[in-house]
Amino acid sequence: MNYDKEFDASGLACPMPIVKTKKALADMASGQVLRVVATDPGSVCDMQAFAEQTGNALLASTTESSKFIFFLKKA
Amino acid sequence: MTTKKMAIIATKGALDMAYPPLILASTAAALGWEVQVFFTFYGLQLLRKDLSGIAISPLANPAMPMPVPMPVIVQMLPGMEWMATTMMKAKMKKKGVASLEELRAVCIESDVKFIACQMTVDLFEFEKKDFIDGIEFGGAATFMKFAGETDVCLFI
Repeated sequence: MNYDKEFDASGLACPMPIVKTKKALADMASGQVLRVVATDPGSVCDMQAFAEQTGNALLASTTESSKFIFFLKKA
Repeated sequence: MTTKKMAIIATKGALDMAYPPLILASTAAALGWEVQVFFTFYGLQLLRKDLSGIAISPLANPAMPMPVPMPVIVQMLPGMEWMATTMMKAKMKKKGVASLEELRAVCIESDVKFIACQMTVDLFEFEKKDFIDGIEFGGAATFMKFAGETDVCLFI
């Protein structure tokens, strides 16, 4: 999937993947896509909850070996 | 989407109990919530400029996971609290858990409102200069005004 920006949250524990994803989205334009990489297994549920509550669309949520990859489309 | 609101009363100043209010406040703010945290009694420690004194004790804390089983009599010895705190902080760093300073900075940056309980500030004879800038000083009525409008209200 194409994306406009990437944020690597590898090694970060709750709540920093969400807090820093929010920051990463701040300077993006509406409709742009952010790719987030995380190693915190809790981020799978958290990212979905973040998307639902902020209106940013979670386009995809996948697992590659021990990494969790998310694509968020900014609202 | 109407803005959700959360109010927290933070009453504890030990390392483990310092985390929940700051984690929830920073997360809620990231979700676009309006957040206020009212710090009272030992919770006031979290508003002091210097957070390095915040510690954790194995004493009277049987649920704390220990690398080796340790009798209570040993936990009482001088230096044990320092050791437990040092070990906990090292473990947190290794596991990618943010420091209290970092979480607090995130809260401030995302407009979480911090209120120090004036009564306990006076009780403990703290001085305003000991606290970080940008906080408010108030009482229970100040808290209730906002708490009454919230979706989530927690006592920690």
